[in-house]
Amino acid sequence: MNTSPFHEELLRMKRRRQLYSMAVVAIVAAVIVAGYGQANSMNSGGFLSGLQQFFDYPGEIVVEAWQAGPAFFGLLIRFLPALIETLNIAAVATILGGLAAVIFAFLGASNLNVWPPAVPVARRLMDLLRAFPELIVALFLIFVLGTSPVPAMIAVALHTTGALGKQFSEVNENIDRKAIEGLEAVGASWFQRMKFGVLPQVLPNYLSYFMMRFEINVRASAILGFVGAGGIGSELRRTIGWGQGSGDETAALFLLLIMAIFAIDQASSWMRHRVSGGGLPA
Amino acid sequence: MSAPAMSMDTGEAVPTRGRIARAVRMQSRIGFAMLAGVLVYLAYAWFAFDVSGLIASARPERAALLATDAVAHKVHVEKSLRFGDVVIAVEGERTATYKTPPEWVDIDGERVRVDMGDGYTALIEGRTVVLDAPDYGRIRVTATKDGVETELPSGEQPDWLRATDAKFDARPSLAQRVQVSRAKIEVHRYFLGWENFFFPFDSPLAALSFGEVTDLVFDDRRLNPEISNATLVFRSFWENPDWQHGNVFVALLETLLMAVLGTFTAAFVGLPLAFLAARNFTPSGALRFFVRRVFDFLRGIDMLIWSLIFIRAFGLGPLTGALAIAFTDTGSLGKLFSEALENIDRKQVEGVNATGASKLQTYRFGVIPQILPIFVSQGLYYLESNTRSATVIGALGAGGIGLMLVETMRTSRDWENTLYIIILTILLVIAMDNLSGLLRRRLIQGKPD
Repeated sequence: MNTSPFHEELLRMKRRRQLYSMAVVAIVAAVIVAGYGQANSMNSGGFLSGLQQFFDYPGEIVVEAWQAGPAFFGLLIRFLPALIETLNIAAVATILGGLAAVIFAFLGASNLNVWPPAVPVARRLMDLLRAFPELIVALFLIFVLGTSPVPAMIAVALHTTGALGKQFSEVNENIDRKAIEGLEAVGASWFQRMKFGVLPQVLPNYLSYFMMRFEINVRASAILGFVGAGGIGSELRRTIGWGQGSGDETAALFLLLIMAIFAIDQASSWMRHRVSGGGLPA
Repeated sequence: MSAPAMSMDTGEAVPTRGRIARAVRMQSRIGFAMLAGVLVYLAYAWFAFDVSGLIASARPERAALLATDAVAHKVHVEKSLRFGDVVIAVEGERTATYKTPPEWVDIDGERVRVDMGDGYTALIEGRTVVLDAPDYGRIRVTATKDGVETELPSGEQPDWLRATDAKFDARPSLAQRVQVSRAKIEVHRYFLGWENFFFPFDSPLAALSFGEVTDLVFDDRRLNPEISNATLVFRSFWENPDWQHGNVFVALLETLLMAVLGTFTAAFVGLPLAFLAARNFTPSGALRFFVRRVFDFLRGIDMLIWSLIFIRAFGLGPLTGALAIAFTDTGSLGKLFSEALENIDRKQVEGVNATGASKLQTYRFGVIPQILPIFVSQGLYYLESNTRSATVIGALGAGGIGLMLVETMRTSRDWENTLYIIILTILLVIAMDNLSGLLRRRLIQGKPD
């Protein structure tokens, strides 16, 4: 057999691929360079002048916190309720959104035969819930319901339903059919098949995604507080907006938020490792 | 992500029926306990959030108002009692005043007859307005020197009507409204649709149909001798003062720019750092520890806080947003990449090494091909989610469409503008979502191997 045309074909393909890679790298580099130039010109302050004062604000905060001395710990305790409120918003939203996501995920998984006509409907609904930025829903609900943590909670829950629903339904679709077939063979009902064949397979992954989502939602809740939903975000807006003299309070709030995020991060990665037995990439 | 395969413990003794039943009972007990715990927590949250108080103070009529305002526009017929003139204007704006009254307003000297639709009419005569409501009767309101006098027909007073000595306000349905104070008489009629969406009210193009505008573009006779008709049409649209299409477009681009720059920077800074944090590439434990703590630090200080710090240093704008995204995601992507590097298959590296390849060639052919799919797919995932984040940190003050959205919502006057921005934001997010999905499929699954 003559292999030389085959070999040439291979070389040609290789050259073409190299050309493509070079082109992609060149485009990306051009986008980054041009983009930073453009962004710099659109910004109200310049990059170079900003670089000099980059540490001014963090420095100011740290100095004021230092000057506050032992009273700083008092501030930490004073802002604890605000942190708890933010955590509550995130937790309730993750629980409610997560429960809704389980239902959507079962309806939207094509291999579980819950109710075939509902599969595309559930999927589109999840897409829509995901695409809607939480911020918009929260601002709208604040307008109707008034300033309270509940609008933020609802907004985050709706987004969670879309985001977790998609991940859950992917988990559902990747299950091993053998367990279901085995249960079917012994005459198990649909409910029994789900309970003994599907849930044990999907629950560890569900829990792992659920914890990750809780982490994300803590951040989202803190940000929504900034636009008027209460919690640590609204305290931050107050102290930062106040301008001079509240740097110690800002520092206390930053510290609380960072510690909370760090603690949740550690706890959830520990839990994920335990549940998945280290088999899943975290 | 794939589900973990169920492990088969073939080496163990076959469990008895009783043991299985006990295990199942135990599991369902744990399940019930968790469920009860969740319910208790939700009950606590109900009180912590004061949900009952919230329901009591909610203002659902605001939602209806907002929904109406978002899809409809109102035209004011306003009679100033001080000067006696009648002005008919879209949303009461001076730039959108009718020069000749529309056909539903009939001006005959001192008498102004307004057909408000659905059988409602208002007749303004001097300082008096007579409102005919088909389901109630004839209401007569007169503005006096120090207030208003209202004569209502007999029968129960409907709840859409509020009359005090100082002000009369009637809104029989969402589409009609009459307000009288001692200074002015105002009649509003609502029409479905966004007014002046394409061209400003006072532009010569405003009254034209789509076909007429198209004809005009290809017509040689210029409406404005200075510029071509196509330029005129584009400028009238782009610089429309009510809708600000040009500004909205620039803001959308700013948001996109933040997301793209932030993600690209994070990916390209995160990758080399990831090698320093991976156990199989960096033997020095101290260096690994240091780089990982840098990743934790960048991730742990939230995007929210980074953007607040950057706003102080660099001012408002897309640069601030891009840097906030880049800092946070260098931490996230760096961690992900370093984990991917630790999980690579050694065999491929050893194989390349065995052919006598140099260190660089080993990386190029042994390592990069293995992590490239993860690099590309995670980068695209982050690009997609950063488009959403960019709108949010924009709202905090970094600029772009997020800031514009919050500003139109804060003024809460023209909800149709807000709705327009919301629709565009969602379209942008969906477009990025689809684009990144498409690229992911093409680059990762579509590879012919």
